[in-house]
Amino acid sequence: MLEDLFSVVKERFNGEKPLDEKTEKTEKTKKTDIPKGLLFKCPRCRNVTFEEDFQKNGKVCPHCNYHSRLTARERLDITVDKGSFEEFDKDMISKNPIDFPGYEEKQQALREKTGLKDAVLTGTALIRGEKIVIIVMDSNFMMASMGSVVGEKITRAIEYATANRLPVIAFTASGGARMQEGIVSLMQMAKTSGAVARHNEAGLLYIAVMTDPTTGGVTASFASLGDIIIAEPKVLIGFAGRRVIEGTIRQKLPDDFQSAEFMLENGFVDMIVERKKMRRVIAHLLKLHKQPEEVTGNE
Amino acid sequence: MSELTACERLDIIRHKGRPTALDYIPMIFDEFFEMHGDRLFGDDNAIMGGVASFRGTPCTVIAEVKGRNLAENQKCNFGMPHPEGYRKALRLAKQAEKFHRPVICLVDTAGAFCGVDAEKRGQGEAIARNIMEFMTLKTPVISIIMGEGGSGGALALAVCDELAMLENSIYSVISPRGFASLLWKDSTKEREACNIMKITAEDLTRLGVCDHIIPEADGGAHNDPQLTAEYMAEYIAAALERNKRKLQKGLDELIKGRYNKFRDVGEFEELPLSDK
Repeated sequence: MLEDLFSVVKERFNGEKPLDEKTEKTEKTKKTDIPKGLLFKCPRCRNVTFEEDFQKNGKVCPHCNYHSRLTARERLDITVDKGSFEEFDKDMISKNPIDFPGYEEKQQALREKTGLKDAVLTGTALIRGEKIVIIVMDSNFMMASMGSVVGEKITRAIEYATANRLPVIAFTASGGARMQEGIVSLMQMAKTSGAVARHNEAGLLYIAVMTDPTTGGVTASFASLGDIIIAEPKVLIGFAGRRVIEGTIRQKLPDDFQSAEFMLENGFVDMIVERKKMRRVIAHLLKLHKQPEEVTGNE
Repeated sequence: MSELTACERLDIIRHKGRPTALDYIPMIFDEFFEMHGDRLFGDDNAIMGGVASFRGTPCTVIAEVKGRNLAENQKCNFGMPHPEGYRKALRLAKQAEKFHRPVICLVDTAGAFCGVDAEKRGQGEAIARNIMEFMTLKTPVISIIMGEGGSGGALALAVCDELAMLENSIYSVISPRGFASLLWKDSTKEREACNIMKITAEDLTRLGVCDHIIPEADGGAHNDPQLTAEYMAEYIAAALERNKRKLQKGLDELIKGRYNKFRDVGEFEELPLSDK
């Protein structure tokens, strides 16, 4: 465990080395036609990698260690014990609370494209035999913005955890509130945070894992309320959009602004953990937070 | 009550004579002692808070402050709070809990400030913390949207037992301008955005978010701030009375009611083929 922690800290320092000049140059020289799906271009360092190598590396940029987005299913596969995930509310879909033009059609198209009903999967699972409630957001569905379904599923999952005295692990990723649901989406911030408040008062563990991107109304609600907040390296974490801030201050922001590292430095993230170590770190933390009566049998 | 479009109401709340918390507080409360600072970083003039007396009842008032002229606006950052503003609000709310007095929040902001320092000091965390803590605050909370209720910056002071809105105020997930620029990449379509966003007090009553609409003077609060303040005071008196009665049934009931007020918002369906 301690080793894990130290290696995390060490990696953080190593990861912050400035980009060497060579890698910066390649960006300008590449401008030829390349078939789609052959290469991965890193949004953080803008370096290019063969898609195959990028996939083999667990969707992590081999140049800068940016941890790219995973689908919710991919995340579950690398996080929980095989076959242990039991999904909640798998057929819940959103209505159109403010009659936003085209919202139903947009959702329908995305359901067909992604195989998801909305932007979050919730359920129970085991991590090295420990039962947890797990919440995984999927940015492929409307940038995992939080509307009625995301809010309701997360709230129900946390309420289930409170009632059954289980820890909650939430992998957050979101562009924020879902504009198409208007004020109803804003209220999901209150709803999910309220559920966290009750889980918290019951003395139970909630670990938030911030993945790319965790922003807006999700940062300003349940994602920032974990007892422990973990982030994946180099991911985007912030409240306001970068362009909005640049518009306010009328100057360009540094590249590392609103990164996981920026949040760690400013005290809003407990630790940065690499994807390949995430499951192990979570398992250890779960073990350290086992309720005394569960350890001793009864008391 | 007048039948105006969201757009027309936007014009009213942007009227340069629109009264602000600075006008209303002396009109509504017999006494007000302002308290400064979050005890962590500093003091934010975009949020004003303190201990007040409302018709003899001690209460805590927390208000988002917009300026009435450029000098005031520079001081209060055009009513857009930084994290320390929200943390001051939480400190005062916790103080209200300790001394068993109700909290009255006056909301009026285009949104939480979007800037480098705000991000560095954890704007998201500050708002999240307020939402969570207000949800279980062991004393009644009443929130009134006075003008603009902009997004998370408003919600941080609007997790309450009762939400009221002034007749012409708006409450939205993002400012109409932001909505237009986000969805249509064109911030000049603000007026179109306004009319499809469902942001007026009537819309929000229909959506189950707003509990009471407080009338304004004819044509808007700027035409008679004193009268509008009286309407607000009447509402506050009634709301405090309602919450006192709720409290008689026990603190748990009050907090459960607050939780359910937000718990119930959301429109979804579960497909019949569900096997769960």
